[in-house]
Amino acid sequence: MNHLPRLCRAPLVGRPVLLAITRRLSSKVPPEPTWEEVDETKLPKPTKIDKDTIDHLERLALVDFANKEGISRLEAAIRFADQMFLVDTTGVEPMDSVLEDRELYLRADTVTEGNCKDEILRNAGKVVEDYFVAPPGNIPLPKKEEYDR
Amino acid sequence: MLGLTLKETARVLNEGSVTAAELCAACVARARQVQQLNVFITETYDMAGQQAAESTLRHRQGSRLHVLDGIPVTIKDAFSTAGIRTTCSSRILRDYVPPYNATMVQRLVDRGAVLLGKTNMDEFAMGSGSVDSIFGPVRNPWKYNFQTRHQEQDSQPIRDSCHDLKPKSMQMRTMHHHVTSTEDSDWFITGGSSGGSAVAVAAGICKAALGSDTGGSVRNPASYCGVVGLKPTYGLLSRHGLIPLVNSLDVPGIFTRCVDDAVIMLGALAGHDPKDSTTVSDPFQPFSLPEHIDITRLHVGIPKEYHAPHLSEETLSTWKRAADMLEDAGARVSQVSLPHTPYSIVCYSVLCAAEVASNMARYDGLEFGHRGSDHSSTEALYAQTRHEGFNDVVRGRILAGNYFLLKRHYDHYFTQAQRIRRLIANDFRKVFEGGVDILLTPTTLSPARSYRWFVQADNRTRTEQEDVFTQPVNLAGIPAVNVPVSLSEDGLPIGLQLIGQSFQEKTLLTAAKWLEQQVNFPHLQLPDPSEMS
Repeated sequence: MNHLPRLCRAPLVGRPVLLAITRRLSSKVPPEPTWEEVDETKLPKPTKIDKDTIDHLERLALVDFANKEGISRLEAAIRFADQMFLVDTTGVEPMDSVLEDRELYLRADTVTEGNCKDEILRNAGKVVEDYFVAPPGNIPLPKKEEYDR
Repeated sequence: MLGLTLKETARVLNEGSVTAAELCAACVARARQVQQLNVFITETYDMAGQQAAESTLRHRQGSRLHVLDGIPVTIKDAFSTAGIRTTCSSRILRDYVPPYNATMVQRLVDRGAVLLGKTNMDEFAMGSGSVDSIFGPVRNPWKYNFQTRHQEQDSQPIRDSCHDLKPKSMQMRTMHHHVTSTEDSDWFITGGSSGGSAVAVAAGICKAALGSDTGGSVRNPASYCGVVGLKPTYGLLSRHGLIPLVNSLDVPGIFTRCVDDAVIMLGALAGHDPKDSTTVSDPFQPFSLPEHIDITRLHVGIPKEYHAPHLSEETLSTWKRAADMLEDAGARVSQVSLPHTPYSIVCYSVLCAAEVASNMARYDGLEFGHRGSDHSSTEALYAQTRHEGFNDVVRGRILAGNYFLLKRHYDHYFTQAQRIRRLIANDFRKVFEGGVDILLTPTTLSPARSYRWFVQADNRTRTEQEDVFTQPVNLAGIPAVNVPVSLSEDGLPIGLQLIGQSFQEKTLLTAAKWLEQQVNFPHLQLPDPSEMS
C-alpha cells in the first residue's frame, strides 16, 4: 500500500531508538472488530408516537415539527436510544458533570461591563423605544387537526 | 511563507525578514485562491489588515506582545466576536452581531493575533461533515481539482445566500460568493463540525484556528484535513462567548499544522476565566516540548473496542503501524479494554439532545435573531420563528431532547444516559489508574468520504457513524489530539487519536510530537498564489 513506505520513512538520524518496522504477529491492535452492532431483536418494541404526545411536544419544543419526516426522525432517535437498556446500570450514580468533585468558582455579584444598550437593541427584529416587542401571551398553540403521516 | 508553521512564522516575523502586513496580505491572497472551498462565513480582511499594520509597527519597535503577535488566525463562527456577525451557520443568527468577544477571541486579540475571518461549520455545530450550513458545505482541499472548478465557477451564477444582510459594522464584509451549488459532488467532505477552521489551516490560509469540540468536532475534521486538532481537558479553556451546544461537553479546540504550534496556542488560551465558572481555577503553566523525546518510560494503551465495526483497512493498518512503532522505540504498549465504548455514542445522542432542547430555548426571535411574522400569539411567533430559523437537524434534536426529558421518560432515558456516562468515564479512569499514560486509537473510521456518498444518509445517521471514536473523550472530559499520520492510497489524510488524562496535556502532546516526528506527514502543498495567473 502506498502510505506504508511513507510511514516508515522516519527521520532516524540522531535518535537512539531503533525503528525497525517489521510485520509482527503480536501487534496490540486487535486484527478483527471486537464488537458487533446491536441485535435489534434484543431491544424493546419500537416506540410509535401517538397524537397526544405529538401535541404535547409541539407545545414544549415550539419548532413546528409535526410532519411525516419529523415524526419518523424522532422515532429513529428513540429507537437508537433504546440501546441504552442493554447496559446494566444498577447502583450507578448518574453523572452531571466531569467537574463534580470540584468547587466551581463564583465571581462577585457586581456589574463589570455593560453600557451597550444600543448594540443589544440593534439585534432585535422589533423594538418600541427601549422595549422588545412580543405578541400577546397566554394563548395556547392551536392544535393541529391532522398530521401528515 | 504560507507553508511555514506558526513557530517558524513567529521567528521570521521577529527577525524582521517578513512583516505581519506582508504575511497578512499573502494569507488573504491564499484565501482568495481557494475561495471555492467555502471556508469563510464572514471575512474580516479589512480588520485583519489594520491589526497586521499595528503588529508590523510593534515588531519594528521591538515591542512584540506575544509569540502570536502578527500571526494570522481564523475562528469558527460559533465564537462571539464584538461587532462581527456570529451566525453558527444558522438562519436564526444570520444577522446577529454580538456586543462582546468570547474569552478565546479576546485572548487572541490581546496577544496581537490577526483575525482573518469567521469560519463555516455545521449549523450550531451539529454534524460531522460541515455540509449542513446555510452558507453551503465546506470542501476538503485534498484531491480538490481547483483548475477545472475555476472555469466552471466563472460560468455559473453563484447564489448569494446573505444578500439581505444589513451592514451593521464597518468591520464586516458581506460575502457574495458562497458556493452553495451541490451539483458537482465528487469532492471530499472536510468532516465537522469545525470544517472551515480545519481547512483554513490545511490550505495555509492561517497558522492556527479555533474550533469547538462537543463530540469530535475538532478532531474529526482535523483527521480528514490532515492537521493537528486538539481537544483540551474540559475546564481548561473558557467557553464564555462560545455559543453552547452541550454545556457539559463543549470545549474550545485548536487547529494547527504541527504539535508545537498547538502547544503555543494552548499556552495563549488556557487558564481560568472569571466569566466561565466551569473553568478550573488552578493556575495553568504554559510549557514547551523538547526536540528529542524519550518515550521509553511511556505506557501506551490500545483500547481493543476501538477496533469497531466498519473500521477501514487503511485506518486499521495505520493504527497498527503506529502502535508497533511505539513498541519498537521502547514504549510499553498494552492492549486495554474500555468495555462501554459501543454504548457511548448512544449515551451521547441522548445527553446531547437533552441539553440542546434546553439550550435552544433561548432562540425565540424577540431579543435577537430571526423573527417570524405570525403575531397572533407569543407561542405562534416562537413556533414559526424556530421552524424557519433552525434546520431539520437542529429541530430534530430539540424534539428528541424534549421527548427524553418528559417527566415520564426522564429517568428511563436521560438519567440512564447519565449513568452510562459515569460508566464510560470510569472505563477511562480505570485504565489510567492501571498505569497507562496515553491511549492510541483511530480518530475516524476511514479517510474523508466523498460528498456524494456522505449525503446519501441523514445527519443523524452520519453523526452516529462518524463520532464513534471521538465522543467518549468528551463524556469523560479528558484531552485528546488528532495527529495526521499517513496518506491513503487515494491520497487522503489518515489521522490517529491520542487520548490523555485530565489536565495532562503536556504528556499527551509530548507523545503526539514524537509520533509526528516519526511519520513525517506530507502536508498539503498548494501553489503559491503569486504563481497563479
